Amino acid sequence: MFISKALAATSEAAHGGGAESGGNFPPFDPTYFASQLLWLAITFGLFYFLMARIVIPRISGILETRKDRISQDLDEAQRLKDESDHAHAAYEQELAEAKQKAHAIAQEAKDEAKAEADRDRGKVEESLAKKLSQAEAKITKIKDAALAEVGTIAADTAEVIVQELIGGKITKAELAKAVSASGN
Amino acid sequence: MANDPIHQFQITKLIPLEVGGVDLSFTNSALFMTLTVALSAGFLILSTNGRGLIPGRLQSISEMCFEFVANLLRDSAGSEGMKFFPMVFSLFLFILVSNLFGMFPYFFTVMTHIIVTAAFAVMVIGTVIVYGLMKNGFGFFKLFVPQGVPGALIPVIVFIEVLSFISRPISLSVRLFANMLAGHITLKVFAGFAVSMIATMGAAGYAVALLPIAFTVALTALEFLVAFLQAYVFAILTCMYLNDAIHPSH
Repeated sequence: MFISKALAATSEAAHGGGAESGGNFPPFDPTYFASQLLWLAITFGLFYFLMARIVIPRISGILETRKDRISQDLDEAQRLKDESDHAHAAYEQELAEAKQKAHAIAQEAKDEAKAEADRDRGKVEESLAKKLSQAEAKITKIKDAALAEVGTIAADTAEVIVQELIGGKITKAELAKAVSASGN
Repeated sequence: MANDPIHQFQITKLIPLEVGGVDLSFTNSALFMTLTVALSAGFLILSTNGRGLIPGRLQSISEMCFEFVANLLRDSAGSEGMKFFPMVFSLFLFILVSNLFGMFPYFFTVMTHIIVTAAFAVMVIGTVIVYGLMKNGFGFFKLFVPQGVPGALIPVIVFIEVLSFISRPISLSVRLFANMLAGHITLKVFAGFAVSMIATMGAAGYAVALLPIAFTVALTALEFLVAFLQAYVFAILTCMYLNDAIHPSH
């Protein structure tokens, strides 16, 4: 009931509204086609112009700047990381070199000390050997001299003993002959 | 008058203007076109005025609109299609904002007039044809001859393809127009039911009228979805048609 009433009201109103615009359904009424096209062209044209000239370049600029900034920051971070890696590697290398150098120095010092000790020992041994041989030579000389005098002493002693005992005289040549025949 | 679901589409002259016998008056339709442009362009320009490296809320909205349409176009027409970005972006925003304006009671919905949607459709298809011929020359007509079709079938396929191409501007304009028109009529009819129920049934009418009012609320939500969806559909179809102009062989 109310629906039919509403529809009746609708059709009445539609007729009433239609009377002023030529009796057409407004969306298909050609009366204002030209006006709508004109104003659409003006407003949409202006809108397009504003978008193409101001808004789009601006927003793409903003997005571009942001993208650049982010990639730039990432590059910078990467660069700093590379740098620190590099520094770390250099440090490691230097440390290894220093260790090697220290080892080499120590080795050299050790070798040198050893060489010097060897040299000193050689010198000392040499001088000792020299002194030993000198001492041996001296001993031999003294011994020879001592041995050489033994005969004379024996002859002298024998002469004195013979003189005391016999009281006679014996020639030195006889004595020496007797000593050498009896001793040695 | 308040019960007439068609009355909302009535065009009224605000500033009469006639040039050479042609009525070019500034009408309520023109007013809402102007408001659409003023609001959307004003928002986009003011919100991006700071050009913040870190966007504020309003600038984020503008950037989201921009990237939404940019992705839409890039996905369907490739990076070559980006030269049409200003057109697709303007179309999408103009249709979306004018449809949303139409959701306010007593406001005029620009897209409920077929001449407006037809103008947009002709503009899109015109761009497709002109650019397609300029870029591909005669090769543009490969659009109508799909590859890998057996020779005997070619005349039939070409006929179907040409028909489908011709129906594009019609479907493009009628889809948008009919969706907006039907939605607004339905809303008005259901709201009108509530009014007539109260008028005819007295006190009981208030209780019964809750039903059409509930419907009206639900339909309003649906209409907000349709307002966005139709702008989106128009934009994505524009992108796909532009893709045909850029890459005609499919």
